[in-house]
Amino acid sequence: MLRLFPIAAFFVLIAPVAAGLAGVFLPAFGYLPVLGRSAVSLDAFADVMAMPGLGRSILLSLGSGLAATAISLLVVTLFVAGWRGTRVFAALERLVSPLLSVPHAAAAFGLAFLIAPSGFLFRLGAEATGLLERPPDLLIVNDRLGIAMTLGLIVKEIPFLLLMTLAALPQTRAGEMERMTASLGYGRIVGFVHGILPALYGQIRLAVLAVLVFSTSVVDVALILGPTTPAPLAVRILTWQQDADLAMHFTAAAAAVLQIGVTVLALVIWLIGERVFGFVCRVVALSGWRARGDLAMRRLAAFVMALSAAIVLAGLALLALWSVAGPWRFPDPLPAGFSLSTWMRMPGSIAAAFGHSLMLAGASAILAVVLALGSLEYRVRSARPGPGRALGVLYVPLLVPQIAFLFGLQILFSYLGFDGAFLAVLLVHLVFVFPYVLLSLSDPWWAWDPRYGHAVRALGRSPDIVFWRVRLPMLARPVLTAAALGFAVSIALYLPTLVIGAGRWPTVTTEAVALASGGDPRLIGATALLQALLPFLGFAIAALVAAFLSRNRRLMRAGA
Amino acid sequence: MSTTDSAERGLILHNVTIWLNGRTLLSLDATVRPGEVLTVMGPSGIGKSTLLAFVGGFLGHDFRAEGRILLNGRDITALPPDRRSIGLLFQDALLLPHLSVGGNLMIGLSPDIKSRAARRQAVAEALAEVGLDAFADRDPATLSGGQGARVALMRTLLARPEALMLDEPFSRLDAALRQQVRRLVFEEARKYGLPVLLVTHDPADAEAAGGRIVELG
Repeated sequence: MLRLFPIAAFFVLIAPVAAGLAGVFLPAFGYLPVLGRSAVSLDAFADVMAMPGLGRSILLSLGSGLAATAISLLVVTLFVAGWRGTRVFAALERLVSPLLSVPHAAAAFGLAFLIAPSGFLFRLGAEATGLLERPPDLLIVNDRLGIAMTLGLIVKEIPFLLLMTLAALPQTRAGEMERMTASLGYGRIVGFVHGILPALYGQIRLAVLAVLVFSTSVVDVALILGPTTPAPLAVRILTWQQDADLAMHFTAAAAAVLQIGVTVLALVIWLIGERVFGFVCRVVALSGWRARGDLAMRRLAAFVMALSAAIVLAGLALLALWSVAGPWRFPDPLPAGFSLSTWMRMPGSIAAAFGHSLMLAGASAILAVVLALGSLEYRVRSARPGPGRALGVLYVPLLVPQIAFLFGLQILFSYLGFDGAFLAVLLVHLVFVFPYVLLSLSDPWWAWDPRYGHAVRALGRSPDIVFWRVRLPMLARPVLTAAALGFAVSIALYLPTLVIGAGRWPTVTTEAVALASGGDPRLIGATALLQALLPFLGFAIAALVAAFLSRNRRLMRAGA
Repeated sequence: MSTTDSAERGLILHNVTIWLNGRTLLSLDATVRPGEVLTVMGPSGIGKSTLLAFVGGFLGHDFRAEGRILLNGRDITALPPDRRSIGLLFQDALLLPHLSVGGNLMIGLSPDIKSRAARRQAVAEALAEVGLDAFADRDPATLSGGQGARVALMRTLLARPEALMLDEPFSRLDAALRQQVRRLVFEEARKYGLPVLLVTHDPADAEAAGGRIVELG
């Protein structure tokens, strides 16, 4: 019975991706019997190649993806290298989880409100200098080079990579290595690069690659902040998929295959970069360069880190401000008055979307936790208990561009008459929620001292008793945190909801992103704020329940 | 460096007291002359490694410390760890797994020796000094415990420290090897005229060191 859990988990991780890839590769080469085509051809690829501005779309995806990944990894590495173990570090560490739970779309809208020509920064500048009476005619958001989009990705990937780094640091003997390099006279940053980074990078590598894959094929952030003439490849694929002309499906499928190629190219470039970086590090190590005067660099890293956190937080504040703003003329830095009318006249569609968000996130989080607990307990009772090598499988859905396999899956589901079904949307949510839930639960699960269980078994109790009465209650806090994380992941999902839901299950996220082109800042502020608050709500409930469960148990409060 | 008259040479711990959350952990006033060993003994958890952390510059925020540390007449109390010129040896060799044995030594070797040939030469000499000739290209993972300890020692010495701190450095080695490595470390420290601060719970270490012994706790 317990055996079913890892099998189900494996199915959730692999089957939709495999089926989705098949469902996109076949039509890309002209094979889609439903539409009456079964002759293998490359016509669809020719159609894609003939699309205007295709080269630029590809370069945008490639460039912004690589830049966002490299810059966020650089900032996180320099910050951790320069400040690990200090008060500055502890202070910013506390911001990681809240920042991580802000959905990409909400952060992107917040950034737009901050940096747009009519945004907060220009208002402050205009107020201070008196030079501007109207918003300047600049293309800052949706700029042609995708700089705003890259920035939007960076401020969201930094907390993710920082969290993964924090989780991996204990396995790198960081404390001893830092003392060793310092005693040899190395400055903090270079000492970290030689002594800790090689082991650390090995631990977070899959997460970094997942960031790269996500960034080269992102849609929601691109729709809000990205260029439009032309848009990055993934956005254009979505447009072609949604085209009323069914023949465009073949073009979209071929473009999705092209997207996989672009992402693979980005991965190849990244892997070459890894080699080059490793080589340079070895040369520097052999030269004995101590790089002692690195305080300026350390300060810069801390500044950029704090700035990226401040951008997200200021963005959230602006969303809130716009949602209650009355008349707000440029260049006033604050609205002339406040009103709740935006919230009062919120369209009914958003209330329905709110309900869908709660249902999808709640159900997928609970399912993911059950699946994760069952799979972990199966490993506990297996011949060789331990995390095993299976954890790498968790990254499968994160290492394939969403736009590619989701479209294939949608074709398959529509063939089966399953598209637009609640269960179908729930299943694809689970595909993305489950890896994060299991990754979050795995460390505390295996850190739990098995002797508690041995003691209870020695009293003649069954393994089931150990699980239900000992392990689960003791791990209540990490289990609740994992559930809240799963909830947050589901809330933020844009593409899976849109593509598989066939428009029948709009969520707060799809509604918010859909407002991007409309330009009603008050409604955008309210909807995006709602989207950002839902994950917080999940974490708050998890913390409250954990506090209630441990109300008379002092040792339980310290745990995890 | 500021070499002053010979009376000030060595490592001086001047009226050092360390508190943790208002509780006195340890108090120490000691002078370690070049080539001498000061052994700090006591059961675990009574602040031995706290003393090393203070001298090395790694003391955590929870601790409060008073007193001064002088190294060859230089007040290093407020200096960051990388400017103290104190070599550290740990229980484990902590060799970097992505570099060769020679690469691990080059990490220690001062950057003042610039040319590749001179650096290789210095590393080869260091390896020969501890009987590991021709080990330069080896993967550190293939070394025995004793060989690793010797490489770690030479890495530390190549950085030209002015003092050595040993944090239970022999406890992971088996008995026969322990004696051999121990002798080598003290010999090298004497040869380079380094004051040594040794933290251990093994009376045999203290005996072999032959210097003053301070019992904590």
